[in-house]
Amino acid sequence: MLTVIIFLPLLVAAVLALLPNTATSDRVARWAWLVLTLAEVVLVGLLWAGYSAPPAGQLAAGQHVAWLPGVGVSYTVGVDGLSLPLIALTAVIFTACAAYAWREQHRPRAQAALFCFLQSMCLGIFAAGDLIIFFVFFDLSIVGMYFSILRWGHGQAARSALKFFLYTFLGSLVMLAGFIGLYVAAAPHTFDMAQLVRQAPLNGSGWTGGAVLAAIVIGLAIKTPTVPFHTWLPPAHTDAPAVGSAVLAGVMLKMGTYGFVRIAMPMLPQAWRDWAWILLAVGIVSALYGALVALAQNNLKRMIAYTSVNHMGYVLMALGAAGLLSGSTTGRQIAVTGAVVQMVSHGLITAALFLLAGVLHDRKGSYSLEDYGGLAEPAPRLAGLMAVAAFASLGIPGFSGFIAEFQIFTGSIGTAAVSAVALLGILITAALFLRALQRMLVGPASGRSVGFTDLRRPEITAVGLLMALSLILGVVPRPLNDVIEPAARVVLAQVDR
Amino acid sequence: MDMGASLPPVLPEMVLLGGAVGTLLAGSFVARDRQWIVRSAAIGVLLISGGFALAGPAGLIHPGKSVFTGTFTPDAATGAVRLTVIIATLLVIGLGRAELAGTPRESETYTLLLLGGLGADVVAGASDLLVLAVGFLLASIPLYALIGMTRTRAAAEATLKTYLLGALLGIVMLVGVTILTSASGESRYTDLAARLPTAPAGLVAAGGLAVLAGLLFKAGGVPGHFWVPDAAQGAGTPAAAFVTTIPKIGALVAIYRLVEALPDDAHMRLLVAILAGASMTLGNLAAFFQTDPRRLLGWSTVSQVGYLLIPIAALGHSALAEPALLLYLAGYAASNITAFAVIAAEPERRTLTDYRGLSAHRPWLAGALLVALLSLAGTPPTAVFVGKLTVFTAGWQAGYAWLVLLAVLNSVASLFYYLRWIGPTFTTGHTRPDPPPKPAAKATAPIVGAAAILILGLAAGLVLRAVTATG
Repeated sequence: MLTVIIFLPLLVAAVLALLPNTATSDRVARWAWLVLTLAEVVLVGLLWAGYSAPPAGQLAAGQHVAWLPGVGVSYTVGVDGLSLPLIALTAVIFTACAAYAWREQHRPRAQAALFCFLQSMCLGIFAAGDLIIFFVFFDLSIVGMYFSILRWGHGQAARSALKFFLYTFLGSLVMLAGFIGLYVAAAPHTFDMAQLVRQAPLNGSGWTGGAVLAAIVIGLAIKTPTVPFHTWLPPAHTDAPAVGSAVLAGVMLKMGTYGFVRIAMPMLPQAWRDWAWILLAVGIVSALYGALVALAQNNLKRMIAYTSVNHMGYVLMALGAAGLLSGSTTGRQIAVTGAVVQMVSHGLITAALFLLAGVLHDRKGSYSLEDYGGLAEPAPRLAGLMAVAAFASLGIPGFSGFIAEFQIFTGSIGTAAVSAVALLGILITAALFLRALQRMLVGPASGRSVGFTDLRRPEITAVGLLMALSLILGVVPRPLNDVIEPAARVVLAQVDR
Repeated sequence: MDMGASLPPVLPEMVLLGGAVGTLLAGSFVARDRQWIVRSAAIGVLLISGGFALAGPAGLIHPGKSVFTGTFTPDAATGAVRLTVIIATLLVIGLGRAELAGTPRESETYTLLLLGGLGADVVAGASDLLVLAVGFLLASIPLYALIGMTRTRAAAEATLKTYLLGALLGIVMLVGVTILTSASGESRYTDLAARLPTAPAGLVAAGGLAVLAGLLFKAGGVPGHFWVPDAAQGAGTPAAAFVTTIPKIGALVAIYRLVEALPDDAHMRLLVAILAGASMTLGNLAAFFQTDPRRLLGWSTVSQVGYLLIPIAALGHSALAEPALLLYLAGYAASNITAFAVIAAEPERRTLTDYRGLSAHRPWLAGALLVALLSLAGTPPTAVFVGKLTVFTAGWQAGYAWLVLLAVLNSVASLFYYLRWIGPTFTTGHTRPDPPPKPAAKATAPIVGAAAILILGLAAGLVLRAVTATG
């Protein structure tokens, strides 16, 4: 079942790539992409319905096939409370993208094929139960995103795509070096995640554990991205197409933070605890720095990109706090749960924001805040959804962002009071979103707002879907929390070894 | 030892030799526009030789021990080299069809390809310094002729450079052979391993270094790399693909065997590790801003030798060293030749920017190029990715974490120049008018090569088992 979920999009991608280059194929491709993403949502829904928390250290719905037995690599996949929400998030965001791209005119068939390919890779990362499988999907998702920016981007797309590829490829290879370090330390040598978690091979090994953790953390931090490894993110987002940005921010940034909870914390518990203060500090700095730089932006997409740095900073802060033994178990557990909820929440909201920003570029070819004024008049639906998404992003109660950040701060401040500094980040984010809304939406229509075409049905569907889910999770957080909490407990027990 | 009983283990080599002589003779009689007969014969010879290499006596399925009183070792490594060389040569013949068919030197080229393949086999299987020296000559002389075959100015310069460097380092190698032989009193590797530990360490190190220098010329690694970029750029495309691939396969396995035979206190492993770092770094830096894809690939092969030397440095300290080397060699051969096959299929495009719009024009060809270049960079699930994974693991296990880290950084750097080629290929728009719509060379060879890269990557488990369980 899980393997089908992972590889079905790849199959569709291959079929779409082989279709002849005609107008009919373009129409077929649109339908195929949309139907596929909906089918994936249904399949993931079935998976969720049949899910019950697996015993500690194991994965549900698992599959295991040897791939490189000589090197201890096998195709192992499975889900637990950490991965299932992110798999569902992936399915939802790709559906929104398929709906949004309904009117894409530039090589729609190739784009549909590319995004189906990307969906396979993203699902594969979250389902991976083997470090090398994780790496394979991780790297291929970078390749896919590179082509999305290169082919459908604008502005200095080639340059941004190159920077994105090189920077994240560096991250992935440094991470791979860390994986090899784990492999070499384990007895018997293996890349199997469950076995590595059980062994925690570098516990009590002194600086080796720290070095391996450093390699893995740097690799993942580049992907997340946290300060000071974030410089690839703003240009990549600015020049990426709207759907590319939505996937990049909504799904692919989570690969970094997911890697912290899935790999770094349980496999290197002692090193994680030793370095927890540093990680906490990096998280706080990222949150504040991201917010401050976002405040200074005049380009809407760059601004949203920097708020991502801010939001991902909260996640790392919470995970760092979870490594501090001085805190209460309950508090740290809330922090871990909050971090995972934040991944889901940020995915939904930021994807929506990027899709809305894409509408601006689609209509008038500019992301500049100065170019728009009084958008609410010609485009009330755009203005309304943008306001809702902005408020959700700054953490207003009623949306998922509030639940996530509430948990993160409750857990982190209880463990390390210094985390309260990051609360400033929320304040700054609120200010910058309000300022942007004010400049772009209210007042008489001016600049490029004149004659602005409001949201069309595919765009409303896409953004509405994401915001509706964020609202539901904000009002009824229980089902999601119930899935995540047992897994957070397990992770914490593993960190405490 | 009875020669009659030990002949069969070298059947693949005998077939190649017979085929080389046969194609040479046939080429003298066949009319110029019927040279497809010679081409078919060469392909047939390669297939037969491959059959023996796989299933014959001492083939890969039932590898043997050393033969001819210990001077030649048809073991699993030799078996893997034979198969890789044969498949690579077949691909070279496939990609060269468009350029060679009907030219005056077509038949001779096939003869030289077969001889070059034979040389690589002998170099790889040699377990005696004198046999190694003979193999070195056998593998080198066809290269000089191949590079100069097109008779352009660039080809002439490349040939001269290759010849001079080959002559110099060949003589250095013979000096090394002399030193090692006199230090141990014997030239067989088993004797070297047994007797050299009592010989003066400085003498052994000097001799080992000298032999290594000659083999690094063949492999195209630092410091014997100067001929590689010129040959890649100046020679005809099939010749360039051949000389940057096949000699490496033989030479690297030969280096493996040599380092294995020399005692630890000669510090050959450390030397190899340093040369590995130098080779990958220098090759990458030089490849950075090349505008001719051939020259870019030439420098990229220099850097690839660096990665390939890592498992040799890890020899004896990681069970993965030998399988990693063989797997990487096969993956490298497929990837490098596929990249050259794309060049051969688009002879009009001479610079990287000329590749703009290729994906719209010939999507399959662009796809093959993408697979080949991403494989060279080490992206999964390609062959070189699994090669790099195993090579890095072996290096780390042997305590060369610094080398692995250097290799990681170099891999990222290499991605930069591979992307300088991939980028234009997948960008639309035109910087210059499209090449004239004349019948372009077929894309068969690149597509077959790309499929081989992916299959080798996905089925690497089977390959590893074949060379590990029996080796």
